[in-house]
Order: sequence, then structure tokens, then C-alpha cells
Amino acid sequence: MDIQAYKDIAWNGIWKQNTGVVQILGLCPILAISTNIVNAVSLGLATILVMAMSNLVIAALRNFIPYEIRIPVFILIIAALVTVVDLAFNAYLHELYLVLGIFIPLIVTNCIVLARVEAFAAKNEPGGSTVDGIAMGIGLTLVLAVLGAMREVVGSGTLLSGIDMIFPGMQPIVLFGDDYPGFLVAILPPGAFIALGCLIAGRNWIEARKLARAHAAALAAKAAEA
Amino acid sequence: MSETTALRLSARTGTIMVAFTVVFTALMAFTYGATKVQIDAAAADEKMKLISEVLPASSFDNVLLDDFVALGPTPALGLDEGGRIYRARKAGAPAGLLLETIAPDGYSGRIDLIVAVRADGSVSGVRAVTHRETPGLGDYIDPKKDKNKASPWIAQFADIKAADLPGCKVKKDGGQIAYHTGATISARAVTNAVARAARFAADNQDRLFAAQNGAKFAGTP
Repeated sequence: MDIQAYKDIAWNGIWKQNTGVVQILGLCPILAISTNIVNAVSLGLATILVMAMSNLVIAALRNFIPYEIRIPVFILIIAALVTVVDLAFNAYLHELYLVLGIFIPLIVTNCIVLARVEAFAAKNEPGGSTVDGIAMGIGLTLVLAVLGAMREVVGSGTLLSGIDMIFPGMQPIVLFGDDYPGFLVAILPPGAFIALGCLIAGRNWIEARKLARAHAAALAAKAAEA
Repeated sequence: MSETTALRLSARTGTIMVAFTVVFTALMAFTYGATKVQIDAAAADEKMKLISEVLPASSFDNVLLDDFVALGPTPALGLDEGGRIYRARKAGAPAGLLLETIAPDGYSGRIDLIVAVRADGSVSGVRAVTHRETPGLGDYIDPKKDKNKASPWIAQFADIKAADLPGCKVKKDGGQIAYHTGATISARAVTNAVARAARFAADNQDRLFAAQNGAKFAGTP
């Protein structure tokens, strides 16, 4: 594979086929965890790690997995990798585990991992598959970060609350003062759906504008020819 | 002929599935074995850290986690499946009790707490161990999530004298404990559970300290 192919894979994962706002996969953890930026990005980072690993391992083993039983084998491998990551974090990176720990088992419920394994890693070589896993994970993390920021600002009037658990000494930003009463809907699940809807609409608007511009440019070129 | 092929194909596929299962189960078993010691040590550390926040390490000198009585289902503490009470001693004399207790009536289900009660019946401190209160709203019962780091809400339970325990209710219920507007239920659940635990400790203190280490203990009927 050349550099351009890797770039295409990365662009695909981050923008064109973004898991959060285009494929709309893995909504369950996205909506549950995105109540603030710190939680959202933590889940995103854990997902990047698991997706890169599962894509790499399955792409490397893809020629040994019979087509008929690929799904159970994929699930077995993903679950085993998540368990290993969970245990290893707990034992060797305990401080980080206290923050990320609750998110790692949640990743098993995220169908995006299985979806990328089935759609990409099962048909491509390990290098490209790992890049795909990382790029898809980054795309998801970006959506989670924006979603978390929207809900946190509107819902509790702060930014980065809980950051002191990751970087001791850092303080969350209080935007509207301590007596901000909070806006409960943004923090509860309906707020997540509304915010995600806004994000999808925003992305579609950008794409539609791009398309309209390309169309206008093509028309202008034609007119100039004539 | 085609039957044999189908049979052979199934046998081959089955064998591969079993092989994958064995290999990846072995991988998990190996990781579990290799990490168990560290994980157990970290969990004990974590528990001691939480305990030292509610009961100063200087106030006792025994190995707290090894000195406990086991409780069966105890409605007075909200324990449906039983729990433990750890006994703190200084030079052999009773110094305090550390009770595992559950507030069953949180906004999103149960709240697991540890409550430290000194030998004179006063509450020394409280921490929420696990809870699912609404993030950003009711989760101020956990000092790590409390926006007010200087004096978190749960610090109100540090040092409540035995004589003041009747006032261990939220202000809305006529007590002394302040709460955040809009999230009374979480505060009320914790406050009432603390009051129940303190009463249980006071009522059973002598028998709790006299009980054999690790023994099964039944509360007052």
C-alpha cells in the first residue's frame, strides 16, 4: 500500500464515513457517556486502542478464519482483547484505569468495533486495517468530544469538569458562574439525541454546500466552454 | 458423496472454532493469572485510601481490613445480601467502626456507602463507594465529582457528635444537612442511610467489638 491509500483510509474514518454522524453506529455508549468532555474523550481513547488492536489481529489472522464462522470468531477475538486490555490496565496502569476503567468493558457493546472488523479488517492487510481502526476511532472521539462539550456547557455550565482526575491540579472552567442552575434535559438521554441530531445536520449542511459549489463550478466551466 | 463432504466441512469448521476458542481463552487465563496479584493489591490500596479519608490512620493501629464481623442480610443498613463491619482498635481498645451500608432510595437506585463511627458514637466521615446518581446533578455526593472542591458536600458528615444525630436529616426534612436545590433525593438518601448506620453502630457497639473475628453477626431484632 502507498501513502495515498493510507491517507484515503484515514480521511474515510475521520470525515467521509464518520462512525458517529454518518454510519450512526455504536449509539449506546456515545449517548450514555457524552455528558461531559472528559468522560467522552476517555471513552474515545479507549475505543481507538481496542479498534486498532482488533483490526490488526483479525487482519493478520484473516486467512485462517473460515467464512461461515467469521462472526463468532470475530466476537471471540474482540472480547478476549478487551479483557486483556482491561486486566493489563488495571494491573500496570492503575491510575489511568481508575479513570478509563469503567469505559473499557463498555466497548464490547459498541457495534462499531465488529462492524469495522467485518467490513474492513477481514478483507485487507494488517497495516491498512490498523490505520482504519485508528482513523475510525479518532472520528468517533471527535464526535464524542463535541457532543460532550455541547451537553456539558448547556447542561451544567462548565467545561472539562473531572479533568483533575486525569491531570491533578487542573481546574474545570466554570462558564456561567457557580449559581448556574443547570439545564437537566441536556444531561439526560434526550439531550444526547438532540445534540447528535444537530451534529448530523451540521455535517450534512457542510457536505451539501460543498456539493452545490462543485455543481456551480461545473456549470460555470461548461458555460465558459460554450 | 455430498453427505461426506458436508460432514467433513462441518468437522473442519468446528475444529477451527474450537482451536480459536482454546487459544484465546488461554490468552485470557494467562493474563488473569499474570495480573491477579497486582490487581488485588491495588484494590486493597484503593479501599485503604477511602478508609483513611473517613477514619484518620492515626486513630487506630490494627490491620483494619483483617478485623471484621460479617453481616447477613441487614435491613437496618440496607444490606440485602449482607456485608462487613470493620473494627478499628487502638492498643486493643475499641476506636471506631467502619460500616458498609447501602442507601436503597437514591435517584438512580442504590448508593453504596462506607460510614465511620467513632467509639463515642459520633460520625467520623462518610464516602460514596459506588452510585449512579445523575452526572452533573446528583453526583455531588461523591467528593471527586463535587464542583465545590474546598468544602465538598459530603464533608458535612465529618464529625457529627452523637448528641447531634437526631439532626442528621436534610434541611427540607427539618434537619441540619444542606443540599443542592433540584437534587434533594440523592442527598436525602445518603443522609438517612448515615443516620441509620450511626444508630446501628451505637445500638450494637459492644456486641460488635466482642464478636469473634470474621464471625457471622445478627443485629438487634
